Amino acid sequence: MPFPLSLETLVSKPMMFLIFGLIGFAFGFVLESAGFGNSKKLAAQFYFKDMTVLKVMFGAIITAMVLLFITIGLGILDFSLVWVNPTYLASGIVGGLIMGVGFIIGGFCPGTSLVAMATRKIDGLFFVFGVLFGIFVFGETVEYFYDWWNTAGYMGRVTIPEWLGVPVGAVVVAVVLMALFMFWGAEQLERIFGGRDLSKEPRWRRYAAVGIVTFAVSVMIIGTPTTEEKYERIASVKDAALANREVQINPGELLDSVANDTLRVVMLDVRSEAEYNQFHITGAENVPLAQIRSILPEVQAQQAINTVFVLMSNDEEAATEAWKALQAESVTNVYILEGGINQWIGTFGQEESDIVQVASPSGNDSLCFSFPAALGDRYDAADPSPHEWTLDYTPKVKLEVKRDKSSGGCG
Amino acid sequence: MTTLNQTQKNWRSRLFDRPTRPYIHPYLGGLLLGLVLFAAFFITGNGLGASGGLNRIIVFFEDLIAPAHIDRVPYLLKMAGGALNPLDDWVVPLVFGTIAGGFLSGWFGGRLKVETNRGPHISKRTRWLMAFIGGAFMGYGARMARGCTSGQALSGGAVLSLGSWAFMFAVFAGAYALAYFVRRLWN
Repeated sequence: MPFPLSLETLVSKPMMFLIFGLIGFAFGFVLESAGFGNSKKLAAQFYFKDMTVLKVMFGAIITAMVLLFITIGLGILDFSLVWVNPTYLASGIVGGLIMGVGFIIGGFCPGTSLVAMATRKIDGLFFVFGVLFGIFVFGETVEYFYDWWNTAGYMGRVTIPEWLGVPVGAVVVAVVLMALFMFWGAEQLERIFGGRDLSKEPRWRRYAAVGIVTFAVSVMIIGTPTTEEKYERIASVKDAALANREVQINPGELLDSVANDTLRVVMLDVRSEAEYNQFHITGAENVPLAQIRSILPEVQAQQAINTVFVLMSNDEEAATEAWKALQAESVTNVYILEGGINQWIGTFGQEESDIVQVASPSGNDSLCFSFPAALGDRYDAADPSPHEWTLDYTPKVKLEVKRDKSSGGCG
Repeated sequence: MTTLNQTQKNWRSRLFDRPTRPYIHPYLGGLLLGLVLFAAFFITGNGLGASGGLNRIIVFFEDLIAPAHIDRVPYLLKMAGGALNPLDDWVVPLVFGTIAGGFLSGWFGGRLKVETNRGPHISKRTRWLMAFIGGAFMGYGARMARGCTSGQALSGGAVLSLGSWAFMFAVFAGAYALAYFVRRLWN
């Protein structure tokens, strides 16, 4: 899955900035060509005389949407690496209303005022100054409602199909049909309020409508790849890493990593809740294998350069399955605890008389120890001191730089 | 001297006095803008943005004037705290590219005339004042909503972000609700 490209690692920084500059260039060129540098044209949208804003905006959204979800469905583009604006319902709606007010008073939005300014429109220049002033005031006042701004209606990275619990294709088709209906309605409004002669409108717009619906329906037919399908595409490389034991870390390395202040180690115990309650490593979170997908949004939100995920089961089987699922979803810095909980107790629990070994690890992922009670992490072996143990191991944790998709134009 | 003035005049007129071409058809504009947006996501994983870049530019100047103040405000700290350079972000070159692209398109379409677009019943000064006030609302709202029409509505809309769609309808609702009361500005 090569797209989106990992620009940080592929090209130098000036080159990366040049690419973004070129994208911005195309953006500005198209905005100006469509008439977005003219405030009168933009404001006419709100008096139903000229619905260019709606047509261009929704035209762009549905074009980009169908292309995105087709390439995602075909497995060319990895959706988990695409920036999706996180949902902050309250601040989004309040901010949106304020922007609506600014739009009708000022006649631009920030992007369009830039091209207005670039084409020497004085009102555009004043608007840009206004935007800078408004941004400055926001930066100075946000502290008074910082908690509300960061938490009210926060839902994280959530898409409409996820929220509704319906397939992506269905939403794509519905959005396209809604947009086409809005285009039709917009043309009628222009005829009534703006006196536009619709017979002079080009015929190709009908073909374009048929084309976009065809694309949308194909999104529905292609569907979205399952985790297994995504793993299949990367299986050759990843299976080799598993076979070469590149990602299975020694209990000693886990212990040292947890003690290392520069690392943030997230331990995910993928066994059943019952086994987790019997014994688990201090700090490990219980996520049974069947539910591993449900924590993906949380895991993706936690990804940072210094975060390491360590998966564990009784041996390695379930942890390996979980590892494959996280790899398929492009989570970086994921490792498996070598030999699982059985090897962990075998290493750190020798002195613990309460824990009795009842079987030798057979690799079938069953717990080889019996416990007097389900004490969870209240055994000494659950929380060994890194100062008392010095184990020989080959370090395997290599931090992979996460892609910068942390701002999405909103940083 | 005359020749110099002449060349200067020619140069200026070639840049600014080109015949005006009509805007492209809105649906074609939508298609092209959609292709740009798709290319941005496909290549970089990020959408488009404008207010984020302006934000970083203003914070850059704030940081020059009052670096200690930046270090006390968590919102500003994230962009310019300590040795962080607020301009070191992809959205900044995007903004400069947008300005350059707009200029070239304006040149191409003969639309580089200095002018103030306004309704027939207001003076230029009123229009400038309104542009500034409207811009201030826009800037404030865009930061509150974590993105403007480009960064939230277009980009988030295309990837079907729930919050971006709620935001988009709020923008249109706000503008339509007020449109009647400020109709003298535009009509």
